[in-house]
Amino acid sequence: MHPFTIERPRDLNAALAFRAQAGRNDVSTEYIAGGTDMVQLLQEYVRRPEQLVSLAGLLDNRIEVGPQGLRLGAAATMAEVAAHPGVIEQFPVIFEALLNSASPQVRNQATMGGNLLQRTRCPYFRDVGYAACNKRAPGSGCSAIRGENRWHALLGTSENCIAANASDLAVALVALDASVEVRGTNGQRTVPLMELHRLPGDTPHIETVLEPDEVITAITVPANPVARRSHYLKVRDRASFEFAVVSAAVALEMDGGRIRQARVALGGVGTKPWRVSRVEAALAGASLDPAALRPAAVLAAEGARGRGHNDFKIELMQRVIVRAVETAGARA
Amino acid sequence: MPGSVPPAAAQAAGAAPAPLDLVLRVNGTEHRLTLDPRTTLLDALREHLHLTGSKKGCGLGQCGACTVLMDGKRVKACLSLAALVEGREITTIEGLAQGDQLHPLQAAFIERDAFQCGYCTPGQIMAGVACINEGHAGSPPEIRDWMSGNICRCGAYDHIVAAIQDAARVSQPARGG
Repeated sequence: MHPFTIERPRDLNAALAFRAQAGRNDVSTEYIAGGTDMVQLLQEYVRRPEQLVSLAGLLDNRIEVGPQGLRLGAAATMAEVAAHPGVIEQFPVIFEALLNSASPQVRNQATMGGNLLQRTRCPYFRDVGYAACNKRAPGSGCSAIRGENRWHALLGTSENCIAANASDLAVALVALDASVEVRGTNGQRTVPLMELHRLPGDTPHIETVLEPDEVITAITVPANPVARRSHYLKVRDRASFEFAVVSAAVALEMDGGRIRQARVALGGVGTKPWRVSRVEAALAGASLDPAALRPAAVLAAEGARGRGHNDFKIELMQRVIVRAVETAGARA
Repeated sequence: MPGSVPPAAAQAAGAAPAPLDLVLRVNGTEHRLTLDPRTTLLDALREHLHLTGSKKGCGLGQCGACTVLMDGKRVKACLSLAALVEGREITTIEGLAQGDQLHPLQAAFIERDAFQCGYCTPGQIMAGVACINEGHAGSPPEIRDWMSGNICRCGAYDHIVAAIQDAARVSQPARGG
């Protein structure tokens, strides 16, 4: 690891002050919470801060399920949220996305806020042996576009970056219209999760709309009749402890045998958690027969651009949607 | 592979940061340590407390050889910075037996011959203990799923699963049924 000092401030305001003067691209001071992604990136010299500011003990870790919906303190761990009876019963898509993420050990360490801000698993981003990565070294190029890009995104890409967002949790949350509460030195604000992550465009190194001194303090999910009948389907190369090749979060409200309204988001295919509104609109009124679901699922691939090794995901994402909708729809 | 930033050079480039004084609670004992802020919990255990039971495999949270319990929950010691786990109760493989009385899972690993080279074994046992305590050892498929954070390159998985099943059976009454 590159040399750094560690600050352990007494309260959140003191922690925020450490980055109050920081610019957009300033990474000399960084926050650390659960640390599961940060420590990997420190070990690999991908992140080289001079100062780490610990958020341990400074953020809410409560999990609340009520008539307004769900509220997750940013410091709640993946394991805590996945074991909460209210989450399991009322938000199965969140429970399933979490249980299918990482390993039991990492789920005991990793926090909600950190999960949403985890960096991409693009192997070129994580290997400083490759000089070209616009996300790691702005302006250096992209090794993935003409490289091994089986794991990479097809939606929301640019000529500068095709790295996929790796969070399963974010895909489930974006399907349920979640928001994040953030706090900075200038106060508090709420950001819809759909708007938290930025498309790579010309600045793939700037991944979110958070200001340098802002941290996520909570996630909120509004109450919605679709949440109960929801499902997270993750297709991956191993049965456990593996990132998604393609995943889908689906939430449905049924009217007898037909879909009244649907929420669908995809993982493994987008540069950010990818909501497919046109698929949702086309699913309204459909029966759960795969033949009836297929024309809606086809719309997910609109605008998808494969780069060779990941071309198969164009077909796969449609099949994953169909199967996830069938599974969710069959739930009581 | 072209190395734009050879780790050794990068490390040499910056001066070592000022060391931190901290207290780690390990296996019921408090230890005062003065550590480079970069020290992971795993390196603190192995290099400073000389508790070398916890093993370093990948150092990146992928293999599970460094699994320890923190406040009773299994974690990867290589992904925690020592300075950030002050005040937490750490249990390593050295803290599992009661004197000469092996933990039931340690005994089951011997009985089932659940290792070959043994390097992953401490991590497997610590993760297995947690797996049983969590109530995730009900069937071989469940054990496999909940032990997926621990890799065994010798491929002793069948025996590891059997050992965890054995220990789960004897631990069940203690869990209050």
